[in-house]
Amino acid sequence: MKLTSIVPLLIGALLSIHNAFSEDLTGAGASFPYPLYSKMFSEYGKQYKININYQSIGSGGGIKQLLAKTIDFGGSDAIMSDEQLSKAPGKILHIPTCLGSVVIVYNLNIKDELKLTPDVISDIFLGKIKKWNDPKIAELNKGIKLPDANISVVHRSDGSGTTAIFTDYLSKVSSEWKNKVGTGTSVNWPVGIGGKGNEGVAGLVKQVPNSIGYVELIYAIQNKMNYAAIQNKAGKFIKPTLESTSKAAEIEMPDDMRISITNTDSPDGYPIAGFTYILVYQEQKYDNRSLAKARSLYKLLNWIINEGQKFTTPLHYAPLPEAAKKKAQALIQSITYDGKPIE
Amino acid sequence: MSNTYLKERRSESVFKALLLLSSFIIIILLFSITLTLIIESYPSIKHNGLSLLTGDIWDPVSEKYSILPFIVGTFLTSILALIISTPFSLAASLYLGEYAEGKRSSRLIKAVLDLLAGIPSIIYGFWGLMVLVPVVRKFEELIGIPPLGIGIFTASLILSIMIIPYTTSIAREVIKLVPQDIKEAAYSLGATRFEVIRDIIIPYAKSGIFAGILLSFGRAFGETMAVTMVIGNANYIPKSIFAPANTMASVIANEFAEATSDLYISTLISLGLVLLIMSLIVNSIGRFVIMKLYVK
Repeated sequence: MKLTSIVPLLIGALLSIHNAFSEDLTGAGASFPYPLYSKMFSEYGKQYKININYQSIGSGGGIKQLLAKTIDFGGSDAIMSDEQLSKAPGKILHIPTCLGSVVIVYNLNIKDELKLTPDVISDIFLGKIKKWNDPKIAELNKGIKLPDANISVVHRSDGSGTTAIFTDYLSKVSSEWKNKVGTGTSVNWPVGIGGKGNEGVAGLVKQVPNSIGYVELIYAIQNKMNYAAIQNKAGKFIKPTLESTSKAAEIEMPDDMRISITNTDSPDGYPIAGFTYILVYQEQKYDNRSLAKARSLYKLLNWIINEGQKFTTPLHYAPLPEAAKKKAQALIQSITYDGKPIE
Repeated sequence: MSNTYLKERRSESVFKALLLLSSFIIIILLFSITLTLIIESYPSIKHNGLSLLTGDIWDPVSEKYSILPFIVGTFLTSILALIISTPFSLAASLYLGEYAEGKRSSRLIKAVLDLLAGIPSIIYGFWGLMVLVPVVRKFEELIGIPPLGIGIFTASLILSIMIIPYTTSIAREVIKLVPQDIKEAAYSLGATRFEVIRDIIIPYAKSGIFAGILLSFGRAFGETMAVTMVIGNANYIPKSIFAPANTMASVIANEFAEATSDLYISTLISLGLVLLIMSLIVNSIGRFVIMKLYVK
């Protein structure tokens, strides 16, 4: 047996110790929605007297575990690739639960808010713009005295969904980025230093003068950092907020919800945003799973996209807009047990 | 022969067999870890070939992998850490083994060193990031290089503090082993204390001290958390000792959780294999030197 298949099994075995009751559920995956899921699952658990266990092991880990069928649902910030889906033992649904955005944080001794365009951001992260007083930045920020200092780029050192969203955005707005670097949870950064985790990047940006980096919105708010307004496709400079993040999803979406909403067409949407998903098998009868368990999962998913949404804003997550909620609802309705829909 | 005697003999041999079994399990464990790493890294070695060791690009997106930048980063940080820490650990071990042997101050320093060795590495990393990084940044500003504060130099500083207890305790033991009569003979010929240290103690204990340094090297080699936090995690071959870089251990810690493609995982495992082999070599040399010392 391969090591890569033994490890998920072992973790699965450990997780399933908690899984004594037939309606209890186990999930694992993305760390970005973990604080929200903890809150949601504890509230839901209290109300319906079941245990839901979620381990934040990263999106990649969540996908691996789901493919190994050791968990009831996976959490992922990234859309599964066609290659990954083709390896899956059954059809997997992507159910969006909320939205997050990646913000550009910086450490500059200026009072006013920095404005950045897609061009400038990609040039900075490509290492082509090296100084803060570069004419390209100065032109966008008239009236701000930018220092004659080198820009220190900070990126994530660990593989992460945040990096995936950010590099996906850069690949869309810059063909040079697309050809040279590309999109992924870890990429070959042309410049900069790496910090481990959102907290690592936030920590480095706060420490290193004249630095720039990217973190999830919640970390910028918690650490009281400055973050930039970014020009979106419609030409507006958008400050990342929960509202502008939700608005990024107000576009035409496919029924399976596997869509990247970075560089959104939505006129008031913040351009570096993305859904976070719960991944489940559409056909719930596999590996001796009981109907009770399938029904429990179905009820939970329904609750998350409806009542559960009220927990998003207080924890700085952007709630699903109506259109996305409808599509998510339709996906949940399509879940079956032994070929029959679940009630 | 009485029955009890036979019974005792039997339980004795069962006990011995159990002990033997436990020892064998340890050997089997090391062997199977190595074997697993070899098997799992085979796809990467087959796909990347020699470019795994000769190239300088680590690009998970286009699946081009070379681990040379991390080997360089690992060696640079570890060797630099040894250069920084050795004078201090040597001085401390001389003081403990020769000057203050048996005194109260010696017991205090020993206790503090043991405590240093017991601090979890994440605490070192945290302290490095909060305290050492700003200091190094000030220094970098003074000498006129980009003031990042993190990089190989900072990582080496942290590592050197972490390995001081290891070198010191081994060196102290071998310094204590230097026979009293040789030292006394030297004193009786009119040698000063410094001359005794330089001409008697150091030559006598040098292989032991060397072994201690090598064991510390092995420790610095595999250190992960503290290094990850201050080295800057840049995946290219560093151009100076102040540049950000990355080590083998910290790349594995950073990227394993989100690695999805089979080749990517296999390459990270091959990185582990290289790390294991190098640590084994360093440790074996250290043990060999110690063994030679005790035979003498």
